[in-house]
Amino acid sequence: MSLVQKGRWITLTAFVLLAGVYVRALAFTPVERFQGPAQKIFYVHVPAAWSAMLAMALVGLCSILYLILKDPRFDRFAAASAEVGTAFSLVMLTTGPIWAKPIWGTWWTWDARLTLTLFLFFLFLGYLLLRGAVGEPGLRARYSAVLGICGLLLLPFIHLSVYLFRTLHPQPIVLKPSSPSLPGSMLATLLFSFGVFTLLYVGFVVQRYALSLRREEGGGIGA
Amino acid sequence: MAELLAQAWTIARKDLVLEFRTRTALLSAVVFTALVLTVFNFGRDPTAVATIDLAPSILWVTFTFAAMLALNRAFQLELENQALEGLLVSPLPRVSLYWGKLLANLAFVGVVEAVGLPLFVLFFDVPIGRAVLPLVGVIALATVGFVTVGTLFSAMVIRTRFAELMLPVLLLPFLVPPLVLAVLATAKLFAARPLSESLGYLKLLAAYDIVFLTFASVLFRYTVDE
Repeated sequence: MSLVQKGRWITLTAFVLLAGVYVRALAFTPVERFQGPAQKIFYVHVPAAWSAMLAMALVGLCSILYLILKDPRFDRFAAASAEVGTAFSLVMLTTGPIWAKPIWGTWWTWDARLTLTLFLFFLFLGYLLLRGAVGEPGLRARYSAVLGICGLLLLPFIHLSVYLFRTLHPQPIVLKPSSPSLPGSMLATLLFSFGVFTLLYVGFVVQRYALSLRREEGGGIGA
Repeated sequence: MAELLAQAWTIARKDLVLEFRTRTALLSAVVFTALVLTVFNFGRDPTAVATIDLAPSILWVTFTFAAMLALNRAFQLELENQALEGLLVSPLPRVSLYWGKLLANLAFVGVVEAVGLPLFVLFFDVPIGRAVLPLVGVIALATVGFVTVGTLFSAMVIRTRFAELMLPVLLLPFLVPPLVLAVLATAKLFAARPLSESLGYLKLLAAYDIVFLTFASVLFRYTVDE
């Protein structure tokens, strides 16, 4: 089985499981007492955010590895991860306001985590634009690796500096020092969704990676 | 270390002499800064918003734009007659080349800000009083942050298509943390609060400078080497 086909199968499986997430979230998970049905978007929004962050972390990691080892596979992977990360941040940035309108009463606010994810999206866009603006592959790989590393360094600073403006975002409920304050059935749905979104990420990246490999082998047509 | 700094100074002096002899870029940047400040005056309703509330943002947005304009020319200079190739074949370590460019850019942006700050005080009637020295400190810290990342990126974008457009798109997200922190600290100073209240902002600003100076010094060679 070729790499593209493998990627397709992983993605297909993830999509089937995603339907399972929807069914489980809508029919088999209790409705949250204060937020009502609007809270259901949480099972898509938070895992999408996770995949976007994972994508950025791997772009940064592959950038470091590329500069050390000069292996074009890392560059190809970073590019694939950035493209997929852009898609996931877009999902996160659209589902967020849909939830925020009924709960916060506004589509958008300059809360610390919102601003952070907006900049994550801008970083992905800048990264892809830079790749598009450099013709020579070696130069493109080095430039984008430098930008990828800087981007990873930037995110904590953005978070800390915008955090000094008061924050409105719900506080962490799973990853926090004490045990998760989420009822078991909700937590199970969320964790299931996390798994599915991670699988979706893997499926997309494998396909994208295989595509760029094919382009390079085909003499760089459209690369 | 001392040798690296001496080499960096050689590069910086070359750039500054070049700048001083032509003066076009520096004068343009100063005029641009004055114009942005003027435009800001007409971009607000003076009866609705008190100037003092808007002043920190006006100051820092102006300085951000001025720094970006200045950084665009940093390596553009070296493209003429393949001057960059000449620099790269010289036995100069890449770090000193980066530091030299950084110093020249700091001087360039510093001059623009030195003209811009009095103009800002004059135009917007800001009660700057005893806050002058701390404000200069804040400006210095934030400018180091702007220029550290900007110098690294300007070395990359000169060999891309649409370089003038690419630099702002890549750089602006990186200018946000220094901008936010500088605006917060400046607002405290204009409100005549003691400097100790801004200490947290200044520490974070200094951390930003140190982190990016360290990494940019390491990463710079990947942007120029073949």
